[in-house]
Amino acid sequence: MEKLITKFKKAAPKAALLMAVAAGAALQGCSKMGGDNAGATATALSSDAAAAVYVAPGKHDELYSFLSGGFNGQVSVYGLPSGRLLKIIPVFTQHGENGYGYSEESKAMLQTSHGFVPWDDLHHPKLSRSDGMTDGRWLFVNGNNTPRVARIDLTTFETVEIMEIPNSAGNHCSPYPTNNNEYVIAGTRFSVPLDMKGGTSDIALDKYSEEFKGSISFIKIDQEKGDMELDFQILVPGFDYDLANGGKGPSEDWVYFTTYNTEKAGTLKEVGASQNDKDFLAAINWKLAAKYAKEGKAREMPANYYHNKMDKDTHMAKSTVKKKVRYLLPEECPGMMYLLPAPKSPHGIDVDPTGEHMVVSGKLASSIPVFSFSKMQDAIKNKAFDGEKNGIPVLKYESVLAAEVKEPGLGPLHTEFDGKGNAYTSMFVSSEVVKWKLSDFTVVDRIPVYYSVGHLMIPGGDTKKPLGKYLVAMNKITKDRYLPTGPELAHSAQLIDISGEKMKLLLDFPTVAEPHYAQAIVADKIAPNSVKFHKLEDNKHPHAVKKEADASVTREGKNTIRVKLTAIRSHMTPDNIEGVQLGDTVYFHVTNLEQDWDVPHGFAIMGANNAEALIMPGATQTLKWVPKKAGVYPFYCTDFCSALHQEMQGYIRVSPKGSNVPIIFSTGKKKTGPVASSK
Amino acid sequence: MKAYNRVLMIMAALSLGLLFMFPMWKIYLKAPQYPEGLELHIWVNKLGGSSDHVLQNFNILNHYIGMKPIHADSFAELQYMPYIVIFFMAAGVMVGLLGKRKLVLGWSVLLMIAGAAGILDFYLWLVEFGTNLDPQAAIKVPGMTYIPPLLGSKMLLNFEALSLPAWGSLGIFLGIAISLLVYFLGRREAAKEQEASTKRALV
Repeated sequence: MEKLITKFKKAAPKAALLMAVAAGAALQGCSKMGGDNAGATATALSSDAAAAVYVAPGKHDELYSFLSGGFNGQVSVYGLPSGRLLKIIPVFTQHGENGYGYSEESKAMLQTSHGFVPWDDLHHPKLSRSDGMTDGRWLFVNGNNTPRVARIDLTTFETVEIMEIPNSAGNHCSPYPTNNNEYVIAGTRFSVPLDMKGGTSDIALDKYSEEFKGSISFIKIDQEKGDMELDFQILVPGFDYDLANGGKGPSEDWVYFTTYNTEKAGTLKEVGASQNDKDFLAAINWKLAAKYAKEGKAREMPANYYHNKMDKDTHMAKSTVKKKVRYLLPEECPGMMYLLPAPKSPHGIDVDPTGEHMVVSGKLASSIPVFSFSKMQDAIKNKAFDGEKNGIPVLKYESVLAAEVKEPGLGPLHTEFDGKGNAYTSMFVSSEVVKWKLSDFTVVDRIPVYYSVGHLMIPGGDTKKPLGKYLVAMNKITKDRYLPTGPELAHSAQLIDISGEKMKLLLDFPTVAEPHYAQAIVADKIAPNSVKFHKLEDNKHPHAVKKEADASVTREGKNTIRVKLTAIRSHMTPDNIEGVQLGDTVYFHVTNLEQDWDVPHGFAIMGANNAEALIMPGATQTLKWVPKKAGVYPFYCTDFCSALHQEMQGYIRVSPKGSNVPIIFSTGKKKTGPVASSK
Repeated sequence: MKAYNRVLMIMAALSLGLLFMFPMWKIYLKAPQYPEGLELHIWVNKLGGSSDHVLQNFNILNHYIGMKPIHADSFAELQYMPYIVIFFMAAGVMVGLLGKRKLVLGWSVLLMIAGAAGILDFYLWLVEFGTNLDPQAAIKVPGMTYIPPLLGSKMLLNFEALSLPAWGSLGIFLGIAISLLVYFLGRREAAKEQEASTKRALV
């Protein structure tokens, strides 16, 4: 038996190599590779891989990475190179874990013109920029399903703003910040028939090609606070706008969008949208567009969209409903928009660090076209047009093409750069990352990934100065990579060392839901600004109580009870409450009086139809509770806060309607003074 | 007294001003879950710490063992001590101006007594807080008291408490040291003066 094992061990690397080759060729043909497949990775691994990703206990990672969660509507934060999950930030999805979207304060964040929408499909995170570099202040993300753009504040890692995008459906090519956050740009993936009154028309679906339109939204960003404001939209032909990216340096006035379904198919798009050999790369001069909008070219139409903001002093979100939107028509704005033919149903559009090359990854194309910004400028000057579409000039393919990367692999999706003259393109179909040179457009290296990679990410790989050390491949299919967990598996990511000539696989780590894209930034740009706790004295919540003596229970109107509670290790004040009656709605406003790092308190009550509230030190959160039976209900702290956490609990008594139990409340025997001091 | 001795004496008096610029004493608490540490700073006129909220955090930790919450208001000393220091500073400057050697010694001795009284008072408070515990405390360890060390370190349950004088105390030390130096430097001068006066008497 032992001999057999030794024999097997000797043969394993060879077998593994064979399997890896087979896997590359036959895609996911072999699903029965079993547990020994671990050997396949082992051969691809360099011997120092473990050391390269090892972050010793108590030490910090070099980088923060922000991976979108796709259909969980959240963002996951991982440390790199360790691949350790640091936090999940809820954005478009209710999060029972901390009460986001359940608490009275945060509910407004998820309000839309369609009502309360507690879920979305979050695809693309983009860090805010200063001079074309990520600055670590905010993270912008998109909601694809019910078009929204959100902003996460990176001092608190909390979603602080969500804005609905009108005249859009499938907000996929979104959100793309310009080099100094002048604008965050969002485009439509699912064109719809706009009724020009803020909604869609009730028309026959076979009218797609005549009636359907897309829109590209220009969201202005407050340079200091980051607040968003929809400045204007451009109404564009009814294609599917897939991804976007902005120019840099000489091309920084431009932003590019890949399109597919230029066939304008309204049904069975997998065939209908795959007929044209070339779709378009749309190029928009955003500075000129902003100028047109400013100089009165913009028209106005009625709209109806929500803009939700979290106030940093009250920790309460407030919705504003916006009733109109300005828009531009490309045919009225000469020089603003051009179309570049691009093969075929392109996905990624990525601009190299110099701003000269636009790499278009046509997922059904056999080569990767690379366009030249300077050639584009010449073509525009020389009017090298190949007709027009809806009044938008189409540039001649050859006149703007720098070169095509030949035989890169199958299914090129997305490209990033290392700042050392190389580009890296993910190949969905052939499950590999391909490295090629920007100087001569030749492929120089390739590495298998497991399996079917979507996007890839190099820290700063979409900025002027990439950190060409690591690459993260985000894969769509996991299969046998980890211990099986039933039919539903975690997605998988691979960390690849790109510091040398040859790519080296370092680490394989599971990711939450479906990361579509990611951003990473050196930890120093974020960690020093991370808030440890909120100052109690700055808490402006209308129902905050800042010392135990001010805790109260009051009846407001007929059926509303307000309990203003404090929590501090290891008790709540009050923890005995009587006088609530059936038919009452009880609001627990819990203020965490702690002023120390990492001492949240939780609050939960039996039978609540929402979630817990998790209250950070110095903040106030509100849990709404409508008791349905008379009796006594316990409530308690849900976050293990101290040695006496289990004792941090209380009771509330609910009497029948009309009973004569007065409102009384207390904590312990009122003997000793409160532990919490205001100073 | 020679001019430089007078200047030194005034410096001795002014060095007490350090008490208003720095804490007198610091108590450091260290525990595994407090990697950043917790420092209580005792000033001549207030209580402070490594952060704005150290007192509250000290009190939260202490309440499990039934220690009384520490509030600046509980200490009358913090009200009157600043005046004593100002008195010493003013008196010291006067002594320097007058240049009387005996007054220098008197000032020095008084300051030593005041300093010792301060330390004794501090120690009594430590004993008071460390032993006068609420009988209803959640955590009761039979026979255990929680008197923090006056100087040096000591384990108090999971906390390592370290107590050390801080820069403010250096002011008192300098005051005493410089004034004594002035007193001893003045010795030769005084001896000469005495010699001179004996000579004059002899003549």
